[in-house]
Amino acid sequence: MTAALADLGELIAGALPQGVLKSEVAFGELTLSVRRESILKVLSFLRDDANCQFKILLDVCGADYPERDERFDVVYHLLSLTHNMRIRVRTTTDGSLTVPSATALFSSAGWWEREAWDMYGIMFDGHPDLRRILTDYGFEGHPLRKDFPLTGHVELRYDDEQKRVVYEPVKLTQDFRAFDFLSPWEGMTHVLPGDEKADKQSGEDA
Amino acid sequence: MAETRIQNYNLNFGPQHPAAHGVLRLVLELDGELIERADPHIGLLHRGTEKLIENKTYHQCVPYFDRLDYVAPQNQEHAFVLAAEKLAGVGVPLRGQYIRTLYAEIGRILNHILNITSYAMDVGAMTPFLWGFEEREYLMEFCERVCGARMHMAYYRVGGVSQDMPAGLAEDIYAWSERFPKVIDDIETLLTENRIFKQRTVDIGIINAEQAMDWGFTGPNLRASGIPWDLRKSQPYEVYDKLDFDIPVGKHGDCYDRYLIRMLEMRESTKLIQQCLNDMPEGPVISTDKKFAPPSRADMKRSMEALIHHFKLYTEGVHVPAGETYTAVEAPKGEFGVYLVADGTNKPYRCKIRAPGFAHLQALDFLSKGHMLADVVANIGSLDIVFGEIDR
Repeated sequence: MTAALADLGELIAGALPQGVLKSEVAFGELTLSVRRESILKVLSFLRDDANCQFKILLDVCGADYPERDERFDVVYHLLSLTHNMRIRVRTTTDGSLTVPSATALFSSAGWWEREAWDMYGIMFDGHPDLRRILTDYGFEGHPLRKDFPLTGHVELRYDDEQKRVVYEPVKLTQDFRAFDFLSPWEGMTHVLPGDEKADKQSGEDA
Repeated sequence: MAETRIQNYNLNFGPQHPAAHGVLRLVLELDGELIERADPHIGLLHRGTEKLIENKTYHQCVPYFDRLDYVAPQNQEHAFVLAAEKLAGVGVPLRGQYIRTLYAEIGRILNHILNITSYAMDVGAMTPFLWGFEEREYLMEFCERVCGARMHMAYYRVGGVSQDMPAGLAEDIYAWSERFPKVIDDIETLLTENRIFKQRTVDIGIINAEQAMDWGFTGPNLRASGIPWDLRKSQPYEVYDKLDFDIPVGKHGDCYDRYLIRMLEMRESTKLIQQCLNDMPEGPVISTDKKFAPPSRADMKRSMEALIHHFKLYTEGVHVPAGETYTAVEAPKGEFGVYLVADGTNKPYRCKIRAPGFAHLQALDFLSKGHMLADVVANIGSLDIVFGEIDR
């Protein structure tokens, strides 16, 4: 399976040398890194080429890597029923560059792209209806960005005097506690003071 | 006579409506009683699951998956633990795999009973609901006996399942599985050839194979359109390649076919449950790799090593090596996928949940266009929508 995927990756990269930057196979899954401008070309090739036939767009999602220049990944997952294969297509963008919308190729892209816009603020060019989808009406910010706090910015409650739900800034009685559990799993590797003897002894035994 | 200008009528359906199967707000544009446009407004149950998961250890993530599609919680957990196992390279003992498969099929029946019977109620039949829920109660009792919780099981773990099945449970499940086909027969006598049910469902919400693929359909809804595609057969995981079962496939892609597929799948799942119980070997139910699976309670009383492992696993959690994977299972509603990005720490860097219902609900506008108002309800029911997984 891995060899077949690697072959397919090479085939696609060979057919679209302008668009595909890299193709790699890891964990038995094929990933194509694609230039943002050529994403539609690659997706339509993947859908229509006889060797690909990736007819189902399963998912479009964002991922945030704030330390990079183009901080967002846009990740497409496609499925080919004909060849029983999956492929992941990845491109990068940032908060101001637009990604061509895949809605013209796959109807299912519509809501996935709305979700990526809602969650990350990734803009899709040519999307017919790029509204927020999951967050509240009138929500501000893009919650899945790494710099968005886990607790959010506003909380809401029903106000009995105004007879409606009101938004207020988040007030926590206790600060949010993020514990750092990242001690090295294997424990200490350096020799404890006074423990040199034990090491020498075991060396002698051997 | 003066000409009158006729305007389309906008109707707000939900968010509180028994036929909306949760909190769906649907803005309908009506021309008389015909649907011009259906615009679902979702997100009323959005809890930020993906954000929360980024801040939890792999162990703590599992219960969040119960709360996605709360009708069949174990199937969601299954996708996540499979993804984490793939990245961490942990194997699952054979008995653990059989138990997971067994409970995944119980989840499928749980889901289909709820969907079919509440769907029948949406289009006017009350009795299947009462009969079906009795069976669901038996199944949830089996869930409770194995892990302590009726619904939100949190039973699957990275490397296996949390504990072995108690004595006597296997026999009781088997006895139930011999009874259950009779209940399916009874429900079928009420619905399958029922004139009213057929009038409400046959040729309603037709979607052909090409369109179903275009809209990202998976699971029973895709199979109803005539595509024989099931991940349990085509990309088998756990022990599905050792089991003998059939995949029902529809012809017309209408609401009635989607109903029939689910009915047949329940019969197949019953067969699978019996096979799992017959073939299940003895042995451990969770990986013996102490860096991933917690030690037994008895070991912790005697072994310092076990106590340390337990402490580390429940505070720091496991470290999953960097990498990314998209792992999918055939959940009752369709392909439930988890796109998991690990960065080598004890928490997922990104966990995207691919819910089948999200894609299905998106096609509601397409399915309902030109139908009558009452058919929207039939369409929603036949798509098998649960808002826990759509809104995440």
